[in-house]
Amino acid sequence: MKQGWKTAGLALGAAALVAAMPAWAQTPALIKAPTVAQQATMVNKGDTAWMLISSALVLMMSVPALALFYGGLVRTKNMLSVLMQVFMIVSVASLVWVSWGYSIAFTSGGENHFFGGLSKAFLVGVSASTYGATFSNNVYIPEFAFVCFQMTFACITPALIVGAFAERVKFTPLIIFTVLWMTLAYFPIAHMVWYWAGPDFLVDTPTDYGFLWGLGALDFAGGTVVHINAGIAGLVGCLVIGKRVGFKSEPMPPHSLTMTMIGASLLWVGWFGFNAGSNLESNGVTAVAFINTFVATAAAAVSWAVIEQVVHKKPSLLGGVTGAVAGLVAITPASGYAAPMTSIVLGLVVSPICFFFVTTVKNKLKYDDSLDVFGVHCIGGIIGALGTAIVADPALGGQGVIDYTKFPAVAASSYSIATQLWIQAKAVGLTLAWSGLVSAILFYGLKLTIGIRPSKEVEVEGLDINEHGERAYNY
Amino acid sequence: MKLIIAIIKPFKLDEVREALTTVGVTGMTVTEVKGFGRQKGQTEIYRGAEYSTNMVPKIKIEVAVGSDLADRAVEAIQAAASTGAIGDGKIFVLDMGQAVRIRTGETDETAL
Repeated sequence: MKQGWKTAGLALGAAALVAAMPAWAQTPALIKAPTVAQQATMVNKGDTAWMLISSALVLMMSVPALALFYGGLVRTKNMLSVLMQVFMIVSVASLVWVSWGYSIAFTSGGENHFFGGLSKAFLVGVSASTYGATFSNNVYIPEFAFVCFQMTFACITPALIVGAFAERVKFTPLIIFTVLWMTLAYFPIAHMVWYWAGPDFLVDTPTDYGFLWGLGALDFAGGTVVHINAGIAGLVGCLVIGKRVGFKSEPMPPHSLTMTMIGASLLWVGWFGFNAGSNLESNGVTAVAFINTFVATAAAAVSWAVIEQVVHKKPSLLGGVTGAVAGLVAITPASGYAAPMTSIVLGLVVSPICFFFVTTVKNKLKYDDSLDVFGVHCIGGIIGALGTAIVADPALGGQGVIDYTKFPAVAASSYSIATQLWIQAKAVGLTLAWSGLVSAILFYGLKLTIGIRPSKEVEVEGLDINEHGERAYNY
Repeated sequence: MKLIIAIIKPFKLDEVREALTTVGVTGMTVTEVKGFGRQKGQTEIYRGAEYSTNMVPKIKIEVAVGSDLADRAVEAIQAAASTGAIGDGKIFVLDMGQAVRIRTGETDETAL
């Protein structure tokens, strides 16, 4: 058995235990492995309300935020294609999620730690009176709230990918890719990172967890599951599909940075649901994740603007908002573990690295990652995933990790940055390899069968009029 | 009759219009145009993708005047549109063969 997981858990900090104390005072005897009837008494209306609000906030990150952020960056002739891709991916993904995604991601795989079973396919057995575990003993939320919250993550992740090959992809093959990629990459990785039996059950079923959770990987809100996962899929996609017609020979400036700014700003707002909601409860750690999400983003926006002032002599709006998104990505896995000041450092650090990738590296290697999905989401995600090992250290003000092998759970007695960094690196490596391989197979498969790229004529004239039969702006 | 075509800097439009009105010009047509001359374009940078725009936005004005007014109109445009920098624009004067006022059918100088 792996040893690391014993001291490292997903997401609960010592503060959460403290915050839960008053509840314990009223119900002194904690119940191990509570029945559903007992769980029904362990639901807090505040937690439920927060999780439902968070779910709506994360949906807003996809539509309209991500759609506008991406849409503003493409040329006028392809605006609607990007909006439509994001909107339909979100719609299809939510249907796939409730059909088999939730079950694969969040039911036990038994001794298989890579994906769950189909026992809850089509939400069989999920009702208004079933409950999902949180990170605190004897605290539950309605299972539908958990299904909805996680659904919004499943919706935005495949939508992130489309930025890498925007302006040159056929719609139907993209939707087919989305369904297959979710099934083969997103659900297994979500299971590996986020599935575990829960704090009241793990003691009796000590191997009931996903593979990376078992290793002790820390990913509060989806650095590996969402950003690295989507980022590498985007890179593979843009390499398989190829460069846009006219790439590097004709100008392709963003058609509306106004839209991009609106989108980035809504992403920032929605991300509070994404990160703070990932605590699954409404307590002290939720507020920690909230403030970290606020300040890391601000720091990254500032550092991107500063670096452009130095390198290009002018700070651009696009740079500022790109920095903000890089900061949001980086703080995602660390949001519930870091402290505000270490979050700021993480934000300050991530922008120069992403800047280097979207300017120097992309130009040197000449791949056409149109909207910098790899340079911002994958690289930012990796910085965040590795940085989490550092900022989680209680010696740096971090939240530390919880030992769930004890009932009730206690704060882990020791924390080693080096050990954790190695575990994080393994989680990053596995995500890159798994998603990269699945994406390569799917993109090549589609390319060689029904085709994934429109004709040159269609591409030059624009996807809006050819793929969707409409134009974004009729003046 | 002369047709005066002037390419000027966009922010000079109001001054040119005033100057022309002062010398007695009663109408003009204005178009937003792009072009290039000796003035260089600007560089735009989007996340490291650098585009030099070699077309510069300008305003094109067209004024039709009687031959007696043409010289004063050209002088007025030249004086009002000048900043002394490269990119101030050009004035072209063409002979005009015919003019018709659509509402009344009046022709030539009475139509201007």
